[in-house]
Amino acid sequence: MYPIPIIAEALINGLMLGAVYALVAVGLTLIYGVLHIVNFAHGAFLTLSMFGIWLLWEHAGLDPYLSILVLTPVMFGLGYAVQRFIIGPAGHGRDNSILLVTLGISIIIENGLLVVFKSDTRTIATDYGFRVIEIGPLLLSWPRAVGFLVTMATAVVVWLILNRTDAGKAIRAVAKEKLGARLVGIDVNHIYALTFALGSACLAVAAGLLMPVFYVNPQTGGAFVLVAFTIVVLGGMGSVTGALLGGLLIGVVEAASSLFLGDSLGQIGIFLLFILVLLFKPTGLFGARI
Amino acid sequence: MTSIKNTLSRRTVLKGAAALGVGVLAAPTVLRAQPAAVKIGLLQPMSGFLSGDGQLASIGAKVAVEEVNAAGGIKALDGAPIELIIGDSQSNAEAGAQATETLNDEGVSIITGGFASGISTTATQAAARYDLPFIVDTAVSDAITGRGLSNTFRFGPSFSIATGIALENLQRLNDAAEDKAKTVALVHEDGLFGSGLAGLMQEKLPGMGFEIVEVISHPTPARDMSNVVLRLRSLNPDLIIPSHYYNEFVLFARTLQQQRVKPKGIYAIFGGAASSYRFVNEYPEAAEGVMDCNHWGMPDHPATAKLMQAVKDEGTFYAYNTPTNYALIHVVAQALEKAGSSDRGALTEVLKTEEFDPTVMPYGTVKFDETGQNQNALPLNTQVQNGDIKVIYPEEYAQADPIFPVN
Amino acid sequence: MSARDLFPILPVLLVLAVLPFLGLSGSLVNLLIFMMIVTLAAQGWNVLGGYGGLASFGHAAFFGTGAYATAILQTRYGINAWAALVAGVALGSLVGAFIGFLTFRSGLKGSYFALITLAFAEVLRILANSSEITGGGAGIVVPIDYGFENLQLRDRRFFVLLAVVCVGLGLVITRWLDRSKFGAYLIAIRENEDAARALGVDVMKVKLGAITLSAALTALSGVLYTQNFLFLDANVAYGPWISIEALFAAIVGGLGTMFGPLIGAVVLLGAGEVTKEFSGGIPGFDLLVFGVILIITVAFAPNGLAGISLKGFRRKKSGDGAGASQDGGADA
Repeated sequence: MYPIPIIAEALINGLMLGAVYALVAVGLTLIYGVLHIVNFAHGAFLTLSMFGIWLLWEHAGLDPYLSILVLTPVMFGLGYAVQRFIIGPAGHGRDNSILLVTLGISIIIENGLLVVFKSDTRTIATDYGFRVIEIGPLLLSWPRAVGFLVTMATAVVVWLILNRTDAGKAIRAVAKEKLGARLVGIDVNHIYALTFALGSACLAVAAGLLMPVFYVNPQTGGAFVLVAFTIVVLGGMGSVTGALLGGLLIGVVEAASSLFLGDSLGQIGIFLLFILVLLFKPTGLFGARI
Repeated sequence: MTSIKNTLSRRTVLKGAAALGVGVLAAPTVLRAQPAAVKIGLLQPMSGFLSGDGQLASIGAKVAVEEVNAAGGIKALDGAPIELIIGDSQSNAEAGAQATETLNDEGVSIITGGFASGISTTATQAAARYDLPFIVDTAVSDAITGRGLSNTFRFGPSFSIATGIALENLQRLNDAAEDKAKTVALVHEDGLFGSGLAGLMQEKLPGMGFEIVEVISHPTPARDMSNVVLRLRSLNPDLIIPSHYYNEFVLFARTLQQQRVKPKGIYAIFGGAASSYRFVNEYPEAAEGVMDCNHWGMPDHPATAKLMQAVKDEGTFYAYNTPTNYALIHVVAQALEKAGSSDRGALTEVLKTEEFDPTVMPYGTVKFDETGQNQNALPLNTQVQNGDIKVIYPEEYAQADPIFPVN
Repeated sequence: MSARDLFPILPVLLVLAVLPFLGLSGSLVNLLIFMMIVTLAAQGWNVLGGYGGLASFGHAAFFGTGAYATAILQTRYGINAWAALVAGVALGSLVGAFIGFLTFRSGLKGSYFALITLAFAEVLRILANSSEITGGGAGIVVPIDYGFENLQLRDRRFFVLLAVVCVGLGLVITRWLDRSKFGAYLIAIRENEDAARALGVDVMKVKLGAITLSAALTALSGVLYTQNFLFLDANVAYGPWISIEALFAAIVGGLGTMFGPLIGAVVLLGAGEVTKEFSGGIPGFDLLVFGVILIITVAFAPNGLAGISLKGFRRKKSGDGAGASQDGGADA
């Protein structure tokens, strides 16, 4: 048995890391909720965003947190364009076709990054990368704490967009009833692209929060997107609050299991959880839609 | 960077592609070696997720080719120059076999390289079909030379050789220290070499007077090392022996620093990062004091400075791949001189019987035993000291005394 | 299914079988073997994904099981390679039936099915990477012992023959799907599961049969991989690459068509080799082209290359769907 402070710290760490998972998952679940597709390019978009953060740091000397402000609109635009001009037309509205198009996009992005940046691992060494917040015996990572707070703020912003803006209301309308939305004059293709854009923008934020504590190479996104799939399924596909809660839960479970069972088993545990939820409660544990 | 490859491998493959596509076939003529140049194949992961390693290896090999040719080529062959043909293993085993086939089509006399164990396994086997000699560079799996393939040689140390020496050196390091390390924690990745290494440590360390307090495995890629480090913080072992890949080591060392875990020493075996200038450059504080037992070139050999410069000119960071592949090309050149022929069989025979000068590598004289393993292959122990990588063991190559305990 | 139905298969097999004996270079023979291995995996994928409309992202689970079973039975238990082949295919099918039983019982389709198959393959990959019997991450090396009885052929042109025979089996099975009641039921389920059920089709049984057959073919591909390369590790066997190549070849070649997987594998791997050279050796560029080809195919030729080339011919026939199509995920 570990001393209480160690356990407490592990759980808080898990919560903070889980918040960033949640942010990745929010984008994914948003897209699922409206378009009813699993976006297999999500991980590649995250990698792309992380390289964006790295580039801004390396060549413009911009702090990763500030870079979020620059990158978010860029990813928003990119997400919009990709859905509007590639996935939409190429997918013909068929579930399997759309899945395959997103897979194709992820392969293009991943290998495009490999062509441009090679396989080298890149990191950002900030002054605050090693900073800790000392609370009694607890040493909490400062950049992780920032990650937690910014994630929560982003979640609030997403909630406001969905509930307080006309575009958000249209998104929710399309998610609920596509045909009805079209009948009342909503441009469904525009809303699809807007949703995709919003989901991609979340990744820009996640990338900025991750880079001070993580690294990037053309494969990096995959490590986060598999866990994001699990979170999305756990939280109920399409549910933003579900993704948020699911992310925090997974973070804590991962921390606890890696402390007591070891990291390797923890990894399998996540997949098994994923399979079990899909098999027995595909609506997710929290169930609610957008 | 790959100009050498382009010009050379395009012809055969295009011809082949046309043949397959159209279904019209001409008997493909194997490209006859130019009377002047001797073709040497270099199999490296030039693309895919090991491409950084392939790049470093090819830099070293190219420097050696330039040197040999500038010095008048292979004298026993009337000054024939050597021509390097780079085959891209694309970081995976079946593409490695395919690239080996292509190199064979090109009519190379010998292949060097391989880098990863899986790739080297399938590639040496593909080469064996053509009795094409293949000298593996740094892949460590014992199985590579243990399969009875008469074409297969290994320049660097095998897993057993390297771990044996690593443990010996660890014992000496600890014996020499006033404040000795007693408790050890093993942190290893749960795949490739990590588990094997951990198993070996668990077997040997207790006999050496160490108490293993914890064995922690983690997956690759790992998203987070803070829980591993938390466990270490609560156990506070004297010594940490990590074995994982570069990315995980970066996360691990950074988290150790942040969580203020300060063991007496961090002793990696094939740790990668502790013998990587990239890591030392980017995280000097986290890297300080870390020790590694790994492939490494002789620091005072004149070629080392030259190779470091060549790597720098390419805008990347120096690691062991460069000197190893540099030395290998020189070994091949010596073999060509001794054989007086570029014939594959003659080269294999010479490699089996003769001794070679390993130039920048600390192998004394290179002598391949009956399995093809270089008997004198030796890893070096390095330590990050004052932001630089210094050799600390064995004494004959040491640049600095080990600092142990570090904290 | 009559002899006439099998007629178009023969010349294709004949060409493939003769090809290596026309003096191809070693690298082309090697490429041909690899094409056949991917074709087989894709033929397996096509049974479930093309005819059944269930797009799996985890066929590596079957490929890897076939590959590992063969390697482990030979190296650890000294079992003859041919017996190991049979066992490998059987175990692969069993894994297919097991995954099918669990997922179909829960009614998973579309995105859900893609995700869960991906997760199963990942679990197997992690297990194989860390367990003793698979050699952990260090992998398994099958000792070289050339001989027909060991399913190791020194002259690889004969290995091509062997692989072509297997591909021929895949073609016959696919043709049988086109002609049999079982195939018709499977297509009916793809087009409208509820309607098929209403017409008295035992949906569960047909889907289970399809995934088992699909897994068997892909497992056979894994067995051939082991016997050709004599080396396996967890990423080779259960890694996502084979799931993706199988799916690519089947889709680009033509979903739910007999020759689709073969055409797809030959074109994709051939194009990969060609672009690798034309791109001036830019690392990763060939894969980038793969991605573009996939999107273009899905966008403009949902019936794949076979669909384009055989359009006139196929129109006369019945039962050929325009690839998989259904909306929504699980009926949840």
